[in-house]
Amino acid sequence: MSSLDRRKFLVAGTASMGALGLAHAMPAWAMGRPEGMLARRGSDVLSGEHLKMTVADAAFRTGNRHGPAVTVNGTVPGPLVRLKEGQNLVVDLVNNSSGDTSIHWHGLLVPFLMDGVPGVTMAAVKPGETFRYEFPVRQSGTYWWHAHTLQEPMGHYGPLVIDPAEPEPFTWDREYVLMLSDWSPMHPMTIMKKLRTQPDYFNYQQTSATDDYALSGEQRRMWARMRMMPTDISDVTGSTYTYLINGHGPADGLELPFTPGERIRLRVINGSAMTFFNIRIPGLPMTVVAADGQNVQPVETDEFQIGVAETYDVLISPQDDRAFAFVAESIDRSGMGVAMLASRPGARAPVPALRKPPLLTMADMGMAMARGTGANGGAMTGMDHGSMEGTGHGASMGHGESMAHGDGMDMSDMPMRDTSKLPPDVKAGPGVAMVAANPVDRMGDPGIGLSDVGHRVLTYRQLVAASPNPDPRAPTRLKEIHLTGNMERYMWSFDGKNFSAVTDDPIRFAFNERVRVKLVNDTMMVHPIHLHGHFFELVNGAPGDHQPRKHTVNVQPGGSATFDLTADAPGDWAFHCHLFYHMHQGMFQIVTVRPLEEGDEA
Amino acid sequence: MRHLLALPLLFAGPAFAQDHATHDAHGPSHPMPMASDQPEDDGESKAQAPGEDTVTLDHRMMNHGAMEHEPMDHGSMQHGSMGHADMDHSGMGHDMTMQHGATATPSTDSIPKAPPPPEAFSGPLHAADQFLGEDVMAASREEVVREISGMPVFWFMADRAEYRARQGKDGYLWDVQAVYGGHVDKLWLKSEGEGSFGEKPESAEVQALWSHAIGPWWDVQAGVRQDLVGPSRTHAVVGIQGLAPYLFEVDASAFVSNKGDVTGRIEAELDQRITQRLILQPRAELNLAAQDIPELGVGAGLDRIEAGLRLRYQIRREFAPYVGIAQEWRVGQSADYAQAAGEDPSVTNFVAGVRFWF
Repeated sequence: MSSLDRRKFLVAGTASMGALGLAHAMPAWAMGRPEGMLARRGSDVLSGEHLKMTVADAAFRTGNRHGPAVTVNGTVPGPLVRLKEGQNLVVDLVNNSSGDTSIHWHGLLVPFLMDGVPGVTMAAVKPGETFRYEFPVRQSGTYWWHAHTLQEPMGHYGPLVIDPAEPEPFTWDREYVLMLSDWSPMHPMTIMKKLRTQPDYFNYQQTSATDDYALSGEQRRMWARMRMMPTDISDVTGSTYTYLINGHGPADGLELPFTPGERIRLRVINGSAMTFFNIRIPGLPMTVVAADGQNVQPVETDEFQIGVAETYDVLISPQDDRAFAFVAESIDRSGMGVAMLASRPGARAPVPALRKPPLLTMADMGMAMARGTGANGGAMTGMDHGSMEGTGHGASMGHGESMAHGDGMDMSDMPMRDTSKLPPDVKAGPGVAMVAANPVDRMGDPGIGLSDVGHRVLTYRQLVAASPNPDPRAPTRLKEIHLTGNMERYMWSFDGKNFSAVTDDPIRFAFNERVRVKLVNDTMMVHPIHLHGHFFELVNGAPGDHQPRKHTVNVQPGGSATFDLTADAPGDWAFHCHLFYHMHQGMFQIVTVRPLEEGDEA
Repeated sequence: MRHLLALPLLFAGPAFAQDHATHDAHGPSHPMPMASDQPEDDGESKAQAPGEDTVTLDHRMMNHGAMEHEPMDHGSMQHGSMGHADMDHSGMGHDMTMQHGATATPSTDSIPKAPPPPEAFSGPLHAADQFLGEDVMAASREEVVREISGMPVFWFMADRAEYRARQGKDGYLWDVQAVYGGHVDKLWLKSEGEGSFGEKPESAEVQALWSHAIGPWWDVQAGVRQDLVGPSRTHAVVGIQGLAPYLFEVDASAFVSNKGDVTGRIEAELDQRITQRLILQPRAELNLAAQDIPELGVGAGLDRIEAGLRLRYQIRREFAPYVGIAQEWRVGQSADYAQAAGEDPSVTNFVAGVRFWF
């Protein structure tokens, strides 16, 4: 308990003086720092039809880390914007900070000029300027908002919840919004330069002569020959990040009170710059009821991996008079965010230790066919779902991962970069280090490192829309897009083309066109791909009119993910990897829906 | 345009000139949306008062009975047939009409890849231009493109900066690089040199190269090299630098001097992690010459070999002191030149230095 007591002391001290910036041994202004005020953790609620959101420079402290931050209305995260479906919204964005800003309403169906992407839908809001957002709120669910500038990773993000006009198809007694994020004392530009200079800069879980990874010498030589790293899970790790839940690091003692027997709705939002999280509450199953703000048919699980920019709503029903640990473990297991569900003030449950870091697998190299799993690209036909029978979903779902560290698997005849496998419109230049030899659909994959955790883990294949989708038409056209990259040069792109090469060559859809989009991941990292202004429906084996609607889809390494899209929002829309530094280094494109005159029903 | 005018978006352009004094009705900002540090965190709770009651939304008034979905029957989720036809949601208490069969999802392979329809090409190239102004958006686009298309970065690295203890006079060596550029094209400056304390430097050179990525792992480099000591020489340089299979860092250059001499240099090094911070680095360098260059003491063929082994500890990634051993051999005609000059063609150096970058 000594650490608890110490933390309690620190928290109390920080909290009482934090708003005045006096919590430091020496205050920020006395150290000559320009940031000024120490940002408050957590955030206030903004509701109503006319909101004001003010961006400011600040400092932030969590644990032993302290550095520059950006706040909206004084807090990290910024305010919870809580709206009602059907209302109109006006937001005045005031930039009192020293950097360019904007707000993107992540997952909201807004007119494109309200979408908040500098260079695409608006000019960045410069220091001293204001910008007015104005749009009707046409949906309900759990979303978030964030800057589409360098300010995002510094704290310019917050939750956005829209209460539905009609009651939800499920009930709950208590609700928590849990916004996950990763905060570094380094400025984003510094992180970018480190990654460009030494791509493994933040990775302290690499293979070494003294590691205890289950890799044979032959496998180690194979990875070295490929010039790739089996430990390349997260580009930026807990070596600089503190993982926050509602602005609270693990040392900040975030407590979530509950009464035993209550049903609690957790709205989990991953507002990280670079971090996927494994979410679990040891001892408590979770029932997933919504993904990306859209209700799904309830599915019970013990753990799920949440990609950057995704949201999941889960219901939990703790019966015992005790504490439960809500654990958000980073995908590379270099750190975690922790909150404590407590039936009594101060109640604490043991926080599980970080699990052993995962390794990339054959499937992550795009060689999932190596052992003939029966998985084939594109559609699900022939996919073996035998393991989904019964209640043991997920735990044994890992197509591909089960063959992970095949003993003595010989890859010498498997080309890592056979560019003849690429479509002609993909540019195989220095920015393409790998071509997935056999990219299979990996919707049934629980995510890196979660194949053999001994309990149920959610996969996309378990998501089924709660109500029929608005557009039941079959797609008339297939659009294939390759996710390409080169970790060594820290280059990321779609179809091998840097953004500057495609600013005049957007991905084009006709208004109301129904298109199937297949994303092929020619890299060894999982990319959360986000399309602005639309929901798309994952082609995940669910019936055509109940495919789950999402705004962000994780495309597993070396695999593919496919969605159906009704292009019903005219305008130019950002389409990008939501890993901040991947977007920033080129994995960014424009989707345009024309003619612009259409869509007045919007 | 008629339709667009109906959109609220048109009313929402930059509000630079708007008077926000009139906007003080910006939404009741009642505090405590999310969980706070309470109860132990008094100060912060006060800051976010009125506190606990608003932390949670009280849904007790809502009808729990509407949805008793637990236990849900997962046992019947026979996905093997992909149809979800057997999925039993009867226990979920609300209508989940799934309409199987009627909406089978077509397989991806059955959908043709085709170009976008003609109407997808209508209108201006950039949609925002016609609402916000071409100039405004062109400037904004330029900023974004510059930032996210591999904006130039600068780094300086001293790969070797070391003290060399050996028989006779101890010496020193530097081997540094400075790079500025984007993802594909870079200005690459290199300098290396060595000598013995109390004497003129034995060698010193600077190279200025343009470096261009020709593949995922390799850059081709071309430029000039200026020798700073000894007989004045300027060289044209062409080379390749990059990462070979098995993670060898390789730098190979050919030089043609203003006297017509052709020489070459191949360097390779390999970082072997012992721990996350302790790294053993074997390194080899071969110097070659196409002809004898007596005034430089260089013999045709293989001129000089260096083999080194350095053990460094990364206090930070950017700062790693090391110790090691470096062996040099002059060979062939070069060895004869060395002996004629009263030098030992074989020198063993015990080195201590620091590898750093920023």
